[in-house]
Amino acid sequence: MNAFTQEAIAQPPRSGAAGAAQFAGWDSRKYNYYKPKGRHATHYEDVTVDVQPDPKRYLLQDFIISFPDGTPTYSETWTAAKSSDWHQFRAVDEEWERTHYQRQSTICGMIGSVVENARRAGAPKRLDRTWVKVLEQYLGAYKHAEFGLGMATMHAQRYGYTQMINSAILTNSSYKLRFAQDLTLYLAELALDLPEINLDLGKQHWLENPAWQGTREAVEAINGTSDYLEKYFAVNLVFEPLVAELVRSGFFMQVAAAQGDFTTPTVISAAEGDYQRNLANTAELVHILSQDAEHGAHNRALFNRWLAEHGKRALAAARQLQPMWSLPHHKVAQFPEALNRALERIRSITGELGLELPAELKAA
Amino acid sequence: MTAGLTLNKITSQRGVSIGEAARRIADLGWNPSYVQEAMTFPTDYKIGRQPKDPMKQVLRSYFPMQEEKDNRVYGALDAALRGDMFRNVEARWVEWMKLFLAIIPFPEISAARSMSMLARLAPGEELRTGFTMQMIDEFRHSTIQMNLKKWYMENYIDPAGFDITEAAFGKCYATTIGRQFGEGFLTGDAVTAANVYLQVVAETAFTNTLFVAMPSEAARNGDYALPTVFLSVQSDESRHIGNGHSLLMSILNDPDNHLLLERDLRYAFWQNHCIIDAAVGTLIEYGTTNRDKSKESYVELWHRWIYEDYYRTYMLPLEKYGIKVHHDDVAAAWDRLVKKNYHHKVAQFFSVGWPVNFWRIEAQTDKDFEWFEHKYPGWYAEFGDYWRWYGKKSVPGETPMLFDQENGYVYPHRCWSCMVPCLIREDFVVDEVDGKLYTYCSELCRWTHKVAFSAEYEGRSTPAMGRFSGRREWEECYHGWDLADCIKDLGFVRSDGKTLVPQPHLRFDDKEMWTLDHVRGNTIQSPLVLLRNMTPEQREKHIADYRAGFTIRPFQ
Ligand SMILES: [Fe+2]
Ligand SMILES: [Fe+2]
Ligand SMILES: [Zn+2]
Repeated sequence: MNAFTQEAIAQPPRSGAAGAAQFAGWDSRKYNYYKPKGRHATHYEDVTVDVQPDPKRYLLQDFIISFPDGTPTYSETWTAAKSSDWHQFRAVDEEWERTHYQRQSTICGMIGSVVENARRAGAPKRLDRTWVKVLEQYLGAYKHAEFGLGMATMHAQRYGYTQMINSAILTNSSYKLRFAQDLTLYLAELALDLPEINLDLGKQHWLENPAWQGTREAVEAINGTSDYLEKYFAVNLVFEPLVAELVRSGFFMQVAAAQGDFTTPTVISAAEGDYQRNLANTAELVHILSQDAEHGAHNRALFNRWLAEHGKRALAAARQLQPMWSLPHHKVAQFPEALNRALERIRSITGELGLELPAELKAA
Repeated sequence: MTAGLTLNKITSQRGVSIGEAARRIADLGWNPSYVQEAMTFPTDYKIGRQPKDPMKQVLRSYFPMQEEKDNRVYGALDAALRGDMFRNVEARWVEWMKLFLAIIPFPEISAARSMSMLARLAPGEELRTGFTMQMIDEFRHSTIQMNLKKWYMENYIDPAGFDITEAAFGKCYATTIGRQFGEGFLTGDAVTAANVYLQVVAETAFTNTLFVAMPSEAARNGDYALPTVFLSVQSDESRHIGNGHSLLMSILNDPDNHLLLERDLRYAFWQNHCIIDAAVGTLIEYGTTNRDKSKESYVELWHRWIYEDYYRTYMLPLEKYGIKVHHDDVAAAWDRLVKKNYHHKVAQFFSVGWPVNFWRIEAQTDKDFEWFEHKYPGWYAEFGDYWRWYGKKSVPGETPMLFDQENGYVYPHRCWSCMVPCLIREDFVVDEVDGKLYTYCSELCRWTHKVAFSAEYEGRSTPAMGRFSGRREWEECYHGWDLADCIKDLGFVRSDGKTLVPQPHLRFDDKEMWTLDHVRGNTIQSPLVLLRNMTPEQREKHIADYRAGFTIRPFQ
């Protein structure tokens, strides 16, 4: 055997720990291939940025599989919006897996204990009977709207041009689908204490009650578009403020307490918190695209068109829901005020973003 | 408190059962009547029957369970640092993590994205929660792995290569192989990609090798972090395997799908074999310092997980549904591993290519030789001298292995299909597709490109099937470049602007480290470009010579 061996020249360092030896690059301890949004890279950015590659950045060989028409694995053509730099966007809520599970799990725990404590205290039995019907039929119908938004965003998270965009849409979907299940199981829990609740009625109302048909049409229209960004936009900048918040805050949160119901508002408040985050993320993305030096004008016109199309349907949906406000025994909220607040909300969101509401929504 | 009486028993109350909860949740969807859903994921399959969800999945129990898993992972990472893990970790192992962890977050997130497609395609609602959970799981896997990599970068002796990780992922010839894997999950026919290639084959057959074999080897090298993360990742896989199986059962139900399923099972099995066995076989046998002869070798693990658990227990039963199972493919993969030294040749190739890597590979030594010879009799005759040459040429000033003429290695062609080079020389195949010449590592890889990824399959039109695209041969991107310029363009240079990120050794000392000056003066050439430029006679001779193989010169 030869005298030469690897061992003869190797002088392994005593330790494999940082700083055990100093040589070129020994202290390069930050991901250095992207520009952080702020002065320092955040943990969210480190685990997110550039995981989805882009031929315009580092993808030397381009995407290597395509659809039969030649469209690559990821394509900028999956939305009509244009960007001079899709990589600029960072999710405002900076969610990555750990923070996502922590938040979702906290909500599940909170709802679980609210339901359990209410049951222990016998609260369901003290609910106003008319109100129980409202929960059964109207909250029961509304859960399907939330599910529809969850499916729309689940679909959309395939198509964004960067990891940051897709993951923000993914967590949005996770929140919506959790909430749809929260409502479903909350009603099922109530029905254990109140056997008169018919859990099938919610879906029947969703499919047949005229009050819900506008809402259903608006949700189906969101699911019907193939533009992923239009979906994300319509969910968070149009449907949520005009219909979803109207139903959640403008009705259930406000009205429940007067009917002796202290649990429903807690369950629903989780979704209001979810929406604040999803709204902030969407608004940030839309803001960046609206201000794009090259494509801003094109994008604003496109967004205004989306606003008009989905806004019209959402406004009609909101108006059709009016009868719901006259159902409870104790009338503590009025539909016109609730609708006005919803309109104010969408006006302020779109105003901030420099978008133009259609005439119906301005004047309504 | 009396025995047996607990707080839980006093306070626990009845609640909605899991079965009832799952049934209620499965009723959230509806058939739209105002506007139809956008159908954006083409497939040539027909899914008539609703898939069932035997696992009865509900998000309210899912999130807390996953958070708990996370807590254990992050707690263990903290404990590893407190226990000074990096003092005793084997650098040989951690270096390979620069490659492995550059690749894996992309296939993970691709799996998340692909759930969109399945959630839309499968009729009925039962399995949608399963797909939702898989989507969030895969988001978890991708970001938890990015976090682990950052943690190595912060704590390991040589962070170079971790610091450029996603940029390196986009540029390196080895990570392309991983991109072929990840893009395969979400491009082309939706069922081919997300159900068959991802769930039925990658997850069901190959995740054990990825997420169980890797952790075991990590622990043997003093790395307790990777096992914590990857066993946690693996614990989500049974859900994904369940999703895949349920959907597969619905697809099987329609005999019209059988031909496509036979095609896709072949393609997916063969390509998973080419890619995963190349990667994991190399990582766990060449990235380790542990030479315990009583541990199972990669092929022994393969026999247990791929042959017994997958082929015999999962694939064979498909025959009773009328699916033609290609036993010969499984036998061929096995032969490539045990008779044709597939992953040993991959490790050899990666080491030849060290100047364009972004991690360090040190030479295998006598202690390694003994283990390899014990597990793979005949190994030393084929590879022993090669690794001695490699050790000798690891000193700056020598010719880099990539261009060394002395040792006798012949740089390989690249397989157009699986992206691994054509390393089993006798199996090398050349064919024309649409008038262009391509090279393949094996007959089945040729079939995958030419026959499977095409607009027609056995007379049946397959308009949804994907296509291979992009600049698939890495070498072509740098054809005619000087090696030093190539490495600069790749970005594989350290912060001093001259020392290379990759090194053919583990000597953490500037005096021993290669710089751009040491590699300048060598011109990269694309074997495919050269082949295409040959006359038919030259080409015929070249192919015959290539198939005849090469011999490593005796080391002296
Ligand atoms: Fe995964
Ligand atoms: Fe998975
Ligand atoms: Zn191949």
